[in-house]
Parts: sequence; structure tokens; C-alpha cells
Amino acid sequence: MEIQKVAIAGTLESSDAQVTVEPLHSGIELSLESSVMNQYGRQIKATILDTLSQLEVKNAKVIVVDKGALECTLKARIQCAVYRSCDASEKNIPWGGGIR
Amino acid sequence: MITRPRPEKNRLRRTMMFMNAQKPGLIKDAYIYGTDSIILDLEDAVAENQKDAARFSLYQAIKNIDYGTTEVIVRINGLDTPHWQEDIRCVVASGADGIRIAKCESAQDVHTVEEHVLAAEKEFGVEEGRTLLMAALESPKGIMNAYEIVTASDRMFGCAISGGDFRKSMHVRIEEGGIEMLVARGQMLMAARAAEVQCFDTMFPNIDDMEGFKQEVIQNRKMGFDGKSIVSPRQIQFVHDTFAPTAKEIAYAEKLVRSFNEQADSGVGVYTVDGKMVDIPFFEDARRVIALAKACGVYEGDL
Repeated sequence: MEIQKVAIAGTLESSDAQVTVEPLHSGIELSLESSVMNQYGRQIKATILDTLSQLEVKNAKVIVVDKGALECTLKARIQCAVYRSCDASEKNIPWGGGIR
Repeated sequence: MITRPRPEKNRLRRTMMFMNAQKPGLIKDAYIYGTDSIILDLEDAVAENQKDAARFSLYQAIKNIDYGTTEVIVRINGLDTPHWQEDIRCVVASGADGIRIAKCESAQDVHTVEEHVLAAEKEFGVEEGRTLLMAALESPKGIMNAYEIVTASDRMFGCAISGGDFRKSMHVRIEEGGIEMLVARGQMLMAARAAEVQCFDTMFPNIDDMEGFKQEVIQNRKMGFDGKSIVSPRQIQFVHDTFAPTAKEIAYAEKLVRSFNEQADSGVGVYTVDGKMVDIPFFEDARRVIALAKACGVYEGDL
């Protein structure tokens, strides 16, 4: 998917993550801040990149502020932010297809 | 990825706990509290501009969190909103056990939801007929039409009254003793029993008023409800204790079942147990009490 505009999903509450995506010319630029960076930083980063690659997002600036979210929460927030950036988050979501 | 087993239409549902599907902190460990069912809410608990985010969160939660034997029901947005169709696609694709139809008022509402559920089951390769339905009756019209609603689909396992909206439309507020909802509760219970589906009472909103809550739960049981919507884990234990048959009820039921077997063998229909006349309906109720005691985990006999 092509990031078309700035979009945000998620909150800064405990167990959640706030994900912001912005258009970028080339490549993925990731900025990650996490309350559990020392323990899980590498895993969180891998989840973010995997989820973006599943969505076929190749160019984006991605800012994640993680407050101890489970992996499934983090995925949900990234997917929502990406779909919001394409104005496609409200209906006809490919559940089980593009969204896994 | 989690694949939940095929939902059971008739199962124990003493407590159905509401949780906001948009709050990861809540839904991540919803199963540890021991409620019989959880209701992940896409409706009133979720702000209008977060309906999309709540669906992604719901889908990922159900696909990745093992809720075990806790039943997972989703409350979808009303049929008068732009959200319910995508809600149904999301819920069915996620493999949740069932859908709670908010503000249900007619058999037609049930048919509309069922059509979309079936379409979604086909679209996502989910076993047809798997997704159960229940109806939330929130208006006088919903209560008046309770019987046609609960008989509108084979997927329907029960109905619940929603006190907040109902009281608003009746111009009443919560009263001690529940007189303001007595007729509605009674009418809904009769419709549910006539249709042989389950019946659930509304949630009690004042979490700190445990005394008022207990009064209501006791009345619920006396009226014949199968369970109750709840909004806090603190409300679970009292409902479970109250809805389980008492030791005295179990002992009497056992005595009935045993004596009935003996009497039937010797050709007697009506007889007395402990000085009370009993016949076949008593025996059927005794069997129900024992089955419920078993389901609640309080039966230690050998019947």
C-alpha cells in the first residue's frame, strides 16, 4: 500500500501503542520509543517491519510510541494507521487476506 | 493464530461481561476473570471516530489471544448506523462465537443481520451457521416483539434487556425493587421460555453499590433469568454463586429423581416426597437443577 497522508492510530494508554505513518519518497524510516525497549526492543521492531511488509508498504516514515502493547495490539494499530492513510479503514477490509 | 471451537448454542451463561474492544489493556486478559462470556463492544463504548480502529483491534485480539472456554460475543453497532455491515464482516472473519444485535426491534432486524452473517461466512470460508446470534432488547417495541425476535433464526441463543435505553424510553429510572422494569423483564422471560432460548438481565451500572447489585441479582434468579450482563469483574462471583443451585435444592432434586425412577418402575404417576405432591413436571425440573449444578461445578453426587 502507498501511504498517502499522515495518519495515526492507537493511544498512549498502558498496553497500547500509538502509531503514526507519513508519506516518504523511498524506504522505511522507523522511529521507535518503547517503555520496554531494553527487554523487547528488537522483537517490537521486527513485528513492525513484518506487519508493514505484509501490507506491502515500501515507503513510509513510521513513528511508534509503545506503552507495553502485545504483539497483536501493535499489529492492529499499524494496520489501522496504514489503512487510514489511504482512506480505506472504514469498510471492505480484507480480513484474513491483506489483514492477518 | 487461534481457531476457536464451534460455539455451543446451549451453554452456561451466568455472566456476560462487557469490554471495550478498543482498549487493549482490557481485552488482553479478559479470560482470566472466569466470566462465562465476554462481550467485546464495538458499539457504545467505542467513540464514533474510533470504530475502524476498534475492528482492527478486535480482529487481532480474537485471532491471537486464547480465550479458552470463555465465550466470545461481539456487540455490533445498531442497524441505523453506517458501521454494522463492516462490524459483521470483521466479527465473522475473526471467528468469534456470536453477535449481540444492539437495539433489536423486530424479526426483520434479525433476518437482516443473519443475511449479512451468512454472506460473511461464505466470503471468509467460515462454516455456515457457525456464528450465533443474540438480541438486545432496548425499547418497548423490542420487548413487545420479543417472541418474534427470538424465534427469527436458528442461530438465536437468547435475548437480553438493556436497562439504560429501555428506562429512558419509559421515562423511568432505576428503582429499588425494580418495579420500573418488572413487566418488561417478565414479558421478555416468557418470550424466551416459550421459544426455548436463554434470557439475560441488564447490567447494573453502579459498580460501588454492591448491596443494590445483590438485590437485583437475587431478584433476577427468582424471576427465572439464566444470567446477567455485567460491567466489572467484581460482579462475577456473586452472580455465579446466586445462580448455582443451593445444596438444599440439589438434595431435593436428587431425592425426586431417585424416587421417580422407583415409582415409575412400580407404575405410580403422582405421589408425595417430603409431604409435597409431585408429578412429571417436578421430575423434569429436578433434572434441570442437577444439570445446572453440574455445569456450575457444585454437584458432587452420582446421578
